[in-house]
Amino acid sequence: MAHITLQDVDVDFPLYQSGGRSLKKTLLSMASSRIAPDAGHVVVHALRGLTLEVGDNERVALIGSNGAGKTTLLRVMAGIYEPTRGHVHVEGDVSAILDIMLGFDPEATGYENIVLRGLYLGRSVAEMREAAAEIGEFTELGEFLHLPFKTYSSGMSFRLAFAVATAFQPSILLMDEWFAAGDQDFLRKAQTRMNDFVQRARILVITSHNADILRQWCTRAVWIDQGWIREDGPIDAVLRSYARAH
Amino acid sequence: MLPQAVRKSGLPSQVHRDDKFPVHQTPKPKTPLRLALEDLYFGLRRSQVWWIMAWLDIKQRYRRSVLGPFWVTLSMGIHTAALGVLYSTLFKVPDETYIPYLALGLVVWMLISTSLIEGCSTFVLAEGIVRQVKMPYSVHVLRVLTRNLIIFGHNLPVGVVALFLFPMVLTAAVWLVIPGLLLLITNLVWVCLLLGIVCTRFRDVTHIVTSVVQLVFFITPVMWPPELLGRHAWIAQLNPFFALIDLVRSPLMGTAPQPTSWAIAVVAAVVGSAVTLAVFVRFRRRIAYWI
Repeated sequence: MAHITLQDVDVDFPLYQSGGRSLKKTLLSMASSRIAPDAGHVVVHALRGLTLEVGDNERVALIGSNGAGKTTLLRVMAGIYEPTRGHVHVEGDVSAILDIMLGFDPEATGYENIVLRGLYLGRSVAEMREAAAEIGEFTELGEFLHLPFKTYSSGMSFRLAFAVATAFQPSILLMDEWFAAGDQDFLRKAQTRMNDFVQRARILVITSHNADILRQWCTRAVWIDQGWIREDGPIDAVLRSYARAH
Repeated sequence: MLPQAVRKSGLPSQVHRDDKFPVHQTPKPKTPLRLALEDLYFGLRRSQVWWIMAWLDIKQRYRRSVLGPFWVTLSMGIHTAALGVLYSTLFKVPDETYIPYLALGLVVWMLISTSLIEGCSTFVLAEGIVRQVKMPYSVHVLRVLTRNLIIFGHNLPVGVVALFLFPMVLTAAVWLVIPGLLLLITNLVWVCLLLGIVCTRFRDVTHIVTSVVQLVFFITPVMWPPELLGRHAWIAQLNPFFALIDLVRSPLMGTAPQPTSWAIAVVAAVVGSAVTLAVFVRFRRRIAYWI
């Protein structure tokens, strides 16, 4: 049973200008507002009073223009950003592919990174040793798995990220713009695995600007506009109004 | 960005779903204190993660040098030998007591100083992981600490060799090194966590800490015995850095640490942990935003 509930969620981002990161300037500006006028920070309201419920067996597409808050919303669902206000409750184990280049150790080899990633997701070393061969095989990276991650291309990092994130059948899979990377062959393979995943009645939340892919994978769409849900409903209906607005 | 007033009414929101909200009963939200304690508890329990992360850090250092693991030990050994001969002459103290004193002092100081400096970048360097997966923040602290304890293990042989070359009388006091080390590590845990949080928010604190650590090295009896200060020796003994070094160094040299050292280290551990916990409870969830 997987479930995501967001109740009236606000996410405010402090955007520090160069001075706001400095203790010296912050202290100075507390003493006198004229000495260091740049010490303040701008607050960006990334999500504003967002209420959303995703239940078992739902495959949700997040759509919206750049900077609308889609990635922030995924990070909230993944538990990375705890909201400034409001309440988030997620049931089920979450696996997220947010930025394929992030969270890998550039100096460690592909295999080491597979084990590391699995450990981050809460697996044990023994489990990962056992699974590493199969995950490695799925990536088709062959000998590259023995080379440091920093030598990988973005397509190769995507293979690695996707293989680990989907290896253990998480109950909730969150993916941000993942279709951009990876070659056709691998995408086909990835889609087969996604099919498998989708058969098992779990939650999938993805973002993409590619309407065809979203139609193929999702049943429901949530249109995010300036940190706020503009429209929520069946994928075709929402995509139609989204297309009309742009 | 729209002003607050518009937020509820300004944008047309259209929801095609007919189910009433909330369909799903959610449990009561946890308090910040509970979340902070859970972070520490689950962080400690996921020992495999920080252990492997620390170990990979060490492996990278090996890869960069030809001598591998021996490089760390060797450079420490050369350091100690050179300084030992020089300063025992300068301070006019016999080298058979001075060199072990210096060797152990430097080894423990190394652990303290690198933990402090690397503690500052605990979360900043883990940015990629923090922004990618949900993991207890304490895992990153334990990784930094474990890494430094492994390095400490590399340096320790220098102290041991010094003790063999200039034999000290091993007494029952040697067992005191165990509570001494535990107290030292406890203090390093809160220092790393606190500095990690503060330096994520205020990036210039890292530079301040680096300079302060350098200064502390010279004003703390690491290389010189506090007795050299004569009747002012008590000032040096009140230095918490000396207390922590004393707790590990004296037992290995066959004497019990100063009672003041125990007192200072215990007080520092209790007060420091309490302050750090308060800061962690208050700012834990902001760390991901600050990064």
